[in-house]
Amino acid sequence: MLRLIITRVFLGCLTLFAVTLLIFVATEILPGDVASAVLGQGATPDTLAAFRIELGLDRPAYVRYLEWLTNAMQGDLGVAMTNKRDVIETLTPRLSNTLFLAGYAAAIAVPLAIILGVVSAINEGKWIDRAANVLTLGAISVPEFFIAYILILVFATNLGWFPSLSTVYADMGFWEKIYVVALPAITLTMLVMAHMLRMTRASVLAIMSQPYIEMAFLKGLPRRRVILRHALPNAAAPIISVVALNLAYLIVGVVVIEVVFVYPGVGQYMVDGVSKRDLPVIQACALVFGGAFVLLNTVADVLAILVNPRLRHPR
Amino acid sequence: MALQNSLRNPPLSAKIGMAVLLFFIICAVFAPVIAPYGEAESVGKTWIGPSGEFWLGTDNIGRDMLSRIIYGARMTLGVAAACTLLSFLIGVTMGLLAAVAGKTVDQVLSRFIDLMLSIPILVFALMILSMLGSSLLTLIITIGVLDSFRVFRLARSIAVNIVVTEFVEVARLRGEGLWWIMRREVLPNALPPMIAEFGLRFCFNFLFVAGLSFLGLGIQPPFADWGGMVRENGRSIAFGIPAPLWPALAIALTTISVNMIVDWILSINARPSGASAEM
Repeated sequence: MLRLIITRVFLGCLTLFAVTLLIFVATEILPGDVASAVLGQGATPDTLAAFRIELGLDRPAYVRYLEWLTNAMQGDLGVAMTNKRDVIETLTPRLSNTLFLAGYAAAIAVPLAIILGVVSAINEGKWIDRAANVLTLGAISVPEFFIAYILILVFATNLGWFPSLSTVYADMGFWEKIYVVALPAITLTMLVMAHMLRMTRASVLAIMSQPYIEMAFLKGLPRRRVILRHALPNAAAPIISVVALNLAYLIVGVVVIEVVFVYPGVGQYMVDGVSKRDLPVIQACALVFGGAFVLLNTVADVLAILVNPRLRHPR
Repeated sequence: MALQNSLRNPPLSAKIGMAVLLFFIICAVFAPVIAPYGEAESVGKTWIGPSGEFWLGTDNIGRDMLSRIIYGARMTLGVAAACTLLSFLIGVTMGLLAAVAGKTVDQVLSRFIDLMLSIPILVFALMILSMLGSSLLTLIITIGVLDSFRVFRLARSIAVNIVVTEFVEVARLRGEGLWWIMRREVLPNALPPMIAEFGLRFCFNFLFVAGLSFLGLGIQPPFADWGGMVRENGRSIAFGIPAPLWPALAIALTTISVNMIVDWILSINARPSGASAEM
């Protein structure tokens, strides 16, 4: 088992390395030349050449990549092109904001989704299962900003319970933050919960078609007990990967939500960077999102190995 | 016969889905005839509420909301459809190639796709669009290519099961070429299970383009598109004006309709001749 885990972690590191390479290739080697992308159509060849030298684009790509990678590993993500600020200094508070929002949503969504998913599986075909099915299908099918704007219209504009924009400051108290960030967190919760609930239900039902479950039923055990004692322990591994997978989705889903609520997080930083073509900012944000994605996927696999009863004892 | 029967009698949800989708497609095709006002025509004040004159009110610079939504159907549906077609063209070709052409090609392609899927698609798209700019063609190619990685996986897994059947074996022994086997033996058998997937990928791409446009990085003005309209009118919601909800509702209705149709197609595929729908 230890060997499996080590292999998986090693594979995760390898993927992370590949991600850095991919980010670099996508932003610097693609036909769209950075210098002309930043300066726009009106740039003269002279200014273009000067700007290329300023960016270090006259050096070979692999040298620039290695330099960027070693700097990034030492916590130096460069300087933003537009306002000349250190990227890491802007990024750190924003990252903690994004993690706060994502963690907030996850804290509500994960337990709720697992409980409701199992409840739906227990009551397969009954009204509660059908209601969950319709509601989650609805939440998956509509764009995230639709849910967000309806929540704003109802709870911020009409009822006035929450602020419509989630502006947070560094010196805000914890509970105040919880209150201000409530609407984006609820929006995210609804999005992620829908996927998680459906997948939890599906993985419990998949286990339900196994022979040993049929055996348990044939012994005369009640359905509730069969699910809680026989099916759930074996469904733990798929459920854990479902959760981690959806948390990875949460990390990305945050981008649109942050823009709707003008929340100062990494997602908005990246969108700003993209619209201003601020290369170091884009690279840094992509690194954060890509890294989080790889990390969560790796954690999911490692946890799945850990909870798999068949791998617990060495043969 | 059961198949033909269920094809002729779709359930109510699928009928509703088809009706809504057809309605939007008609809007898109005949936009200049249907729309009461022009696409970019300024007809009144900013954010007038719904009235007999302007059924859904006006937008942030006083254009008729209903007309914008009708015109917007063109770009929004068109771009998503183009992305999905491109994605299937690339994804299915590569998937079949990986399944038919042997272990080495399969390994190289599969590992390459794994690598490409290791970055979230939104982040990937943002990076590429920031470098190449969001012209319509760039947008379609970027999303089409990024989405094809997901289509590849499905196409490959379906094709792998077809490649081991006798009729492919026979074709190989007959000395047919790689391309011929892919096109004449594997493709016709791989397509039926992929129809539902086409609907799902369309939904995904549709929401994705809308999301990008909402972020200001997708379809660019002066074209009307639903995601961009939500963005333009977003601020009005703080004054209690539901302007951004109309285009958002159009997006939601489209994806829900396609999903209802897909559900029906899936239920046909999952039901081998006459078996019950609960399978």
